[in-house]
Amino acid sequence: MGISVSLEKCIGCGLCVRSCAPKAISLVDKKAVIDLSACTMCGACVDACKRYEAITIAKENVGGCDVSLYANVAVFIEQGDGHIHGVSYEVLGEGRKLATALQEKLIAVVLGHDMKATAEELIKYGADKVVYFDGPDCKSFRDDTYAALVTRFIEEEKPAIVLAGGTAIGRSFLPKVAARVYGGLTADCTTLEVDPEKKLLLGTRPAFGGNLMATIIAPHHRPQLATVRHKVMKPAVFDASRTGEMVIHTVANGAVQERTTIVDIVKEIESTINIAEADIVVAGGRGMQSAENMKLLRDLAESLGGAVGASRAAVDNGWIAYSHQVGQTGKTVCPKLYIACGISGSVQHMAGMSSSEFIIAINSDSNADIFQIANLGIVGNALEIVPALTAAFKKARSVA
Amino acid sequence: MNIVVCIKQVPGSTQVKINPETGTLIRDSVEAIVNPFDEYAIEEALRIKEINGATVKVITMGPPQATDALRSAIAMGADEAFLVSDRAFAGSDTWATSYTLSRGIKSLGVVDLIICGKQAIDGDTAQVGPGVAEMLNIPYVAWVRKIEEITENRIRVQRLMEDGYDVVEMPLPGLITVIKEINQPRLASLKGKMRAKKIEIPTLTAEMLGVDLNKTGLKGSPTQVFRSFVPQKRGGGEKISGDTATLVEKITSTILEMKVIK
Repeated sequence: MGISVSLEKCIGCGLCVRSCAPKAISLVDKKAVIDLSACTMCGACVDACKRYEAITIAKENVGGCDVSLYANVAVFIEQGDGHIHGVSYEVLGEGRKLATALQEKLIAVVLGHDMKATAEELIKYGADKVVYFDGPDCKSFRDDTYAALVTRFIEEEKPAIVLAGGTAIGRSFLPKVAARVYGGLTADCTTLEVDPEKKLLLGTRPAFGGNLMATIIAPHHRPQLATVRHKVMKPAVFDASRTGEMVIHTVANGAVQERTTIVDIVKEIESTINIAEADIVVAGGRGMQSAENMKLLRDLAESLGGAVGASRAAVDNGWIAYSHQVGQTGKTVCPKLYIACGISGSVQHMAGMSSSEFIIAINSDSNADIFQIANLGIVGNALEIVPALTAAFKKARSVA
Repeated sequence: MNIVVCIKQVPGSTQVKINPETGTLIRDSVEAIVNPFDEYAIEEALRIKEINGATVKVITMGPPQATDALRSAIAMGADEAFLVSDRAFAGSDTWATSYTLSRGIKSLGVVDLIICGKQAIDGDTAQVGPGVAEMLNIPYVAWVRKIEEITENRIRVQRLMEDGYDVVEMPLPGLITVIKEINQPRLASLKGKMRAKKIEIPTLTAEMLGVDLNKTGLKGSPTQVFRSFVPQKRGGGEKISGDTATLVEKITSTILEMKVIK
């Protein structure tokens, strides 16, 4: 148990010393020595020592459970007003692949009210079984109710894997579920794989603002839980010929003790299309120069059927609301097309949009960092180009 | 009112430097800072203190040098600071951290409100806040962009959702995680900095907290890193300049070819 250095293998190169953030490693007589009181067991040194394999972290399995009792892949289906969220179809599509690879069943778990037909349709989208919790208390998202019912579902169905969309809702309540069932939860995955032999889920996710990818496993705990980033995976395909099992649990009023009360749900009109959902995002930064000019972006977004994003600089200057901010302290987006206007491309901003399918950058500074990741770089004045683009697309539309 | 703010010390830059020869990470050049989202949490606690009156305690779990982060919080105006630190805690994932930190918070006595930043910028998981709430069995609201009202035993907040916001109320004690929009954190005052230098920061160890050693550290963590790698850098494509008409034509034809417009 713990971290150790093989004195035979260590050549005293010092790479591990440089890799250690808490500065817990020093070289003594040309061998790495780890100060256990400072070591956080982050594993960076193990990585740094890949070539010599002198450092190892051994893990003893104590807190786990009997993993053989768990099987099947479950997908939490998110809904609003009875309509299923786009991300849920993506998770369902991914879940289908994993279940097939494991030769197990795919179970969809739905919480809602008066939406039986919609829930049952998930079978046509790939679920072998749908477990539907129906009741007025399930109608809209509430932390305690969702956490309690999904926990109950896990205890009854014992799924080996539980997936949910990495949305405001999914990332709010699933950590509570994981805390209760002592499961391993991996947040915001962009790739999911399974090891069919070991029945392991491998969730790969960006960390350090997307500068590092980490693949996480939970070998001794069940279920293995993960939230999945929206817009990364392909949605499930509808197949009218599919059949499956439908289970309905009626949830009586007040059956779950809910401590939070939803006083009001406010849809913000300003963001008619939300940037996390949009296929096209038109974003502006410092180069847009004023709140007035940000309206040019709105016009362009409208003509393209897209949403408006912004860099931190534009938000901090008060040109546009925070809900539009893309980047490390804002939202992460991966649209099909991202048009960056007057955005220089800070590391923080790029962390929020670099996984977009196609990036067009418009900037008057030909050395702007954003050009390093743009598929099409336009060196020019965004304030002139953006309105001209709007006019061009309006024209193209009217012709079409 | 007793407020506890959970903070984390993180690397000051998320730009990971790579040693090109070995393909490994270089982290030694990066200074440690208070996780930016936690600064909003500290600020919000201080604002409640100024308006309603409160004692603000900050707590962190980490190696001994994490006291620097606690001192920064004291310099901003927090009253007391606590370090949850023990060799047994090393290697904790979000589950084990939630468990251990919740034991630390329990040891501080009566708590009315716990405030956390929505996530840490190194791990980006956003899981420890809800984990702590669950372990302490108290209600919680994530992604808080505004506290509308707070009394001795209730709080009403705005929770940012994808398409707007929810107004949510819950009884206290409770936990909220806050986002950037909630405030503008203050800078440390000179007086605060002086106080931060001198203040005694108690270390809470596994033994003092009565932590179940099978539920903390590497041993108690369900998840482990299987592998980590630096993603392939996205390369730049074509870069062109010219008069506005030419550029507009180029962009228009590129977008129309993509067929993304519905």
